[in-house]
Amino acid sequence: MSGEQKLAVLRDVTFTIPQGAFVAIVGPSGSGKTTLLGLLAGLDTPTRGTVLLDDTDLGKLSENDRARLRGEKVGFVFQSFQLIPTLTALENVQVPLELRGTAGAVERARDLIDRVGLSGRGHHFPTQLSGGEQQRVAIARAFANSPRILFADEPTGNLDNATGHRIFELLQSLNTDAGSTIVLVTHELTLASKASRMIRLLDGAVVEDTGADAAISA
Amino acid sequence: MSRSIWGLAWRESRTARRRLLLYMSSISLGVAALVAIDSFSANIIQSVKDQSRSLMGGDIQFNSSKPIPPAVDSLFDSLARHGLSFARVTTFPSMAVVPRTSGTRFAQVRGVTDNYPFYGGVVTQPAGRWALLRQGANAIVDPSLLTSLNASVGDTLKLGFGTFTIVATIKDVPGAAGIAEMLGPRIFIPARYVAETQLLVFGSTAERTVLAKLPSGVDPDKFVKPFKKRVEDQQVRIRTVTQTEAATEDAIENLTSFIGIVGLVALLLGGIGVASGVRAFVARKIDTVAVLRCLGASSGQILAIYVVQAAAMGLVGAAAGAALGVAIQFLLPHVLTDFLPINVRVTLVPSAVFTGLAVGGWIALIFALRPLLALRNVSPLQTLRRDTDADVLRMRWTDAPRIIVNAALVLSIVGIALSRAQTTRQAFAMSAATGLAILALAASAALLSWAARKGLRTRWPYVVRQGVANLYRPGNQTRAVTLALGFGAFLVSTLFLVQNNLLRRFTTAAAESRGNVVFFDVQEDQAAGLDSMVRGGGHDVVQLAPVVTMRIASINGKKVTDMNPVARGQRGRASWALRREFRSTYRDKPASSETIVAGKWFGDSAIRFARDTGEISLEEGISKELNVKLGDIIAWNVQGVEIPTRITSLRKVQWTRFEPNFFVVFAPPVLKGAPNQYVLLAQVKDPVAVALLQRAVVNRFPNVSSIDLTAIKRTVDRIVGRVTLAIRFMALFSLAVAIPVLFSAVSATRRERVREGVLLKTLGATRGQIARILLAEYSLLGLMGGLTGMLLSLAGGWAVVRYIFKTPFAPAILPVAGIAAVIVGLTLLIGLLAGRDVFRETPIAALRDA
Repeated sequence: MSGEQKLAVLRDVTFTIPQGAFVAIVGPSGSGKTTLLGLLAGLDTPTRGTVLLDDTDLGKLSENDRARLRGEKVGFVFQSFQLIPTLTALENVQVPLELRGTAGAVERARDLIDRVGLSGRGHHFPTQLSGGEQQRVAIARAFANSPRILFADEPTGNLDNATGHRIFELLQSLNTDAGSTIVLVTHELTLASKASRMIRLLDGAVVEDTGADAAISA
Repeated sequence: MSRSIWGLAWRESRTARRRLLLYMSSISLGVAALVAIDSFSANIIQSVKDQSRSLMGGDIQFNSSKPIPPAVDSLFDSLARHGLSFARVTTFPSMAVVPRTSGTRFAQVRGVTDNYPFYGGVVTQPAGRWALLRQGANAIVDPSLLTSLNASVGDTLKLGFGTFTIVATIKDVPGAAGIAEMLGPRIFIPARYVAETQLLVFGSTAERTVLAKLPSGVDPDKFVKPFKKRVEDQQVRIRTVTQTEAATEDAIENLTSFIGIVGLVALLLGGIGVASGVRAFVARKIDTVAVLRCLGASSGQILAIYVVQAAAMGLVGAAAGAALGVAIQFLLPHVLTDFLPINVRVTLVPSAVFTGLAVGGWIALIFALRPLLALRNVSPLQTLRRDTDADVLRMRWTDAPRIIVNAALVLSIVGIALSRAQTTRQAFAMSAATGLAILALAASAALLSWAARKGLRTRWPYVVRQGVANLYRPGNQTRAVTLALGFGAFLVSTLFLVQNNLLRRFTTAAAESRGNVVFFDVQEDQAAGLDSMVRGGGHDVVQLAPVVTMRIASINGKKVTDMNPVARGQRGRASWALRREFRSTYRDKPASSETIVAGKWFGDSAIRFARDTGEISLEEGISKELNVKLGDIIAWNVQGVEIPTRITSLRKVQWTRFEPNFFVVFAPPVLKGAPNQYVLLAQVKDPVAVALLQRAVVNRFPNVSSIDLTAIKRTVDRIVGRVTLAIRFMALFSLAVAIPVLFSAVSATRRERVREGVLLKTLGATRGQIARILLAEYSLLGLMGGLTGMLLSLAGGWAVVRYIFKTPFAPAILPVAGIAAVIVGLTLLIGLLAGRDVFRETPIAALRDA
């Protein structure tokens, strides 16, 4: 949507993602990838249609209920890392746990920091970390609440090739360990090809879905 | 709120604490003013309570300008039989002469009985000499008398026809003299030697005071009740120690309420600063909040995190202000020594400090809450796609919490105004004025944005267009800056205008005065002699006015004793005006210090012929106090003879001019033949000639007192100087308040400015071009804010001068324009300072950030 005039960004987009899947959403700039991701993650609500997460209609939840749901079930990794600059790496990872009032937040955060290979750097602030390290912290944070689904928006977009690949591998391995679903938005086809399923968008419509046969069409 | 939210609030504030504290410090100076003034006035009131008995010298004080009537004297006798003690003081002016040095000086003589004072000790230098007053014709004097007469302890002092030995000087005596001492130093002599001076002749100015000491535990107010009216009908005024306390408290409250209002306005201005600053803070927090939202934070949790931060910093800002306020409180007695009638014991007043903290903390929080509320609406979507700060933070008018916060804000302002102003009306007027000022400034900001949009021309140079366009583009800072700036300019120049108008009265009046020595208590048979003495010395006689003492007998046929007078300022006939002794004059022309404001000056026949009902002209202020109008009949009691008169004109009198002025002026035939005295105003060139003339007059007419007005003028100038200093300090103080507020306002949109500026740099703009863009924008903002503030201050100054100080208002346009110019300069400076980051940041950093 833009200004006064309503603009349909997505049209007739229907698909289902089963638990544990690794889905890549690809498409050129302006094709509606980010809008779709925002809707799937409950960051936004559709003007028409429904988004169901574990049978919960996200559109019918209040903003605060969606926030609670995100805190419980959803993890995020962003292109620009989106770490809170005033908190250390460890504290950034603690945030989702603290917001839910989970006991043992520090221990869990430290464990995650170790698992993403940043042992000993937990007390560093985001500005003191390299891009790759920042993204590792972001990934650790995304897994803090053991989310059922993880959304990644161009997670390697701000990184060099080698670092990007390492980050991708980290995502994959964490996914395998935790059994989370991953929805990856990217325009890098080499990364997308490693996903179990690829949905290609063009002008707001799905033009290709490599896993359509596995999905239950609605 | 869970502990983890507290922890998160604390950790998240890590890098922002200093900045947030800076914004919150906008309220510090306002809190400082309130704490200082509240603490100090509490100290004064407590000191008055502690010292009121010794200030008065007794529990009850009876005063009369005539000898105490026999009826009242016999009342004292009967009370004395019931265990009351009485001490007497007769106060009168006299010329003090030390023959050894030929020094002459106007002084105030106090003839005291042996038992004076009942409370509070007298400290003399050398010590312990007060008792010598019981042993003979001794005098104890203010040290300043010795200095001006070039005399010392042991010298002989002549007062009228009496001769005394100066045995000591006064170090401390109940009822400190303060400013009165500057007019005429005090001389204490034994009461039984007063007659020897022969100064208390017909019509002389003298005040008789009788002090009563009650047995302990007796309430003075209850005690005087049975005989109060009887005594007052005899023209003897009664004052109890509790009344004195109440009157002093009122006076202190009057004084502090004005300064308190300045403090309050400073606090509100600070509140605006807090709001602007927190807006900037909120804009910086959008990204963090969006992430927190993604991570599952509810809007309540978000609000809690930042409200905790703001409240904590607000409290720290208020605490800093309170500490500063206490420091000022401890400094004040040193600055105000001359004005205070008592020794003020300065102690910490916890209630004032606590009130300052609470009010300051609350104002900071409530003003911070408005922008903080916007954080609830930050969508998690901002992590993926970032809108402009203004779009993200936009709130609907109908947003319920916003309406509640706005209402709480208005209620807080009205509530605080109610607690500080003297009347409900004043409080509402103040709140309404503040509201109107804010509305006017918001309107002028809207006008500026509109004019910028409509007036923008494509032929203008690019940098000007860009700067002007900044005034209306989305996320513009026009309203925030105009508001802070205009309010600051408004406050500073209103204070200036009030100061200017109040002081103008003194300076112009003193300059216009044509005489410089005034002789009074001149007997009828001495007038001609004195007149020729002055003229013979080559000096000018400016005015020789007869003075007749009288009291009001009746108004429109109703006797004063049958009236129900009211207290000063209430509707009706004021008690003090009805009962006072009037010193009136008669003349055929108005004096140069007075103008007729109603009715007509005496006509030819009124001046030439006596009638049954003569004509009088009343000063307009006293006519209000007496509740009389043109045509009303006032009968005067002049030495037992009743003289009916009709009011035919009302005059405005410039009292501050150093000339003999009168409440009542009679048409000459009415008072012809009435026993009178004279007052003579002379113009004498130099100080040596003044001293010589004073000495010559006192030698020939020992009962005639004279005052060198030049000395008084110096004293007044000194006091005016102090007052000017105090008001200038307040104006500077409010300017000091305005600066952090301005900083906060500018920083509110600094982030966007820097982002744009750096982008422009990327596109090839030079530093000079960016500076000129900022210059164009800030000079227009400054001009609009300064101009609106100036106009508002003219209205505000007029209202304060006209309705609070009840004097005519003269707008001082040029200086006020000067203040506006300074504010414009400040805005430019602060704007360019804020733009420093644009020059510093590299384009690549901006691109990475975008």
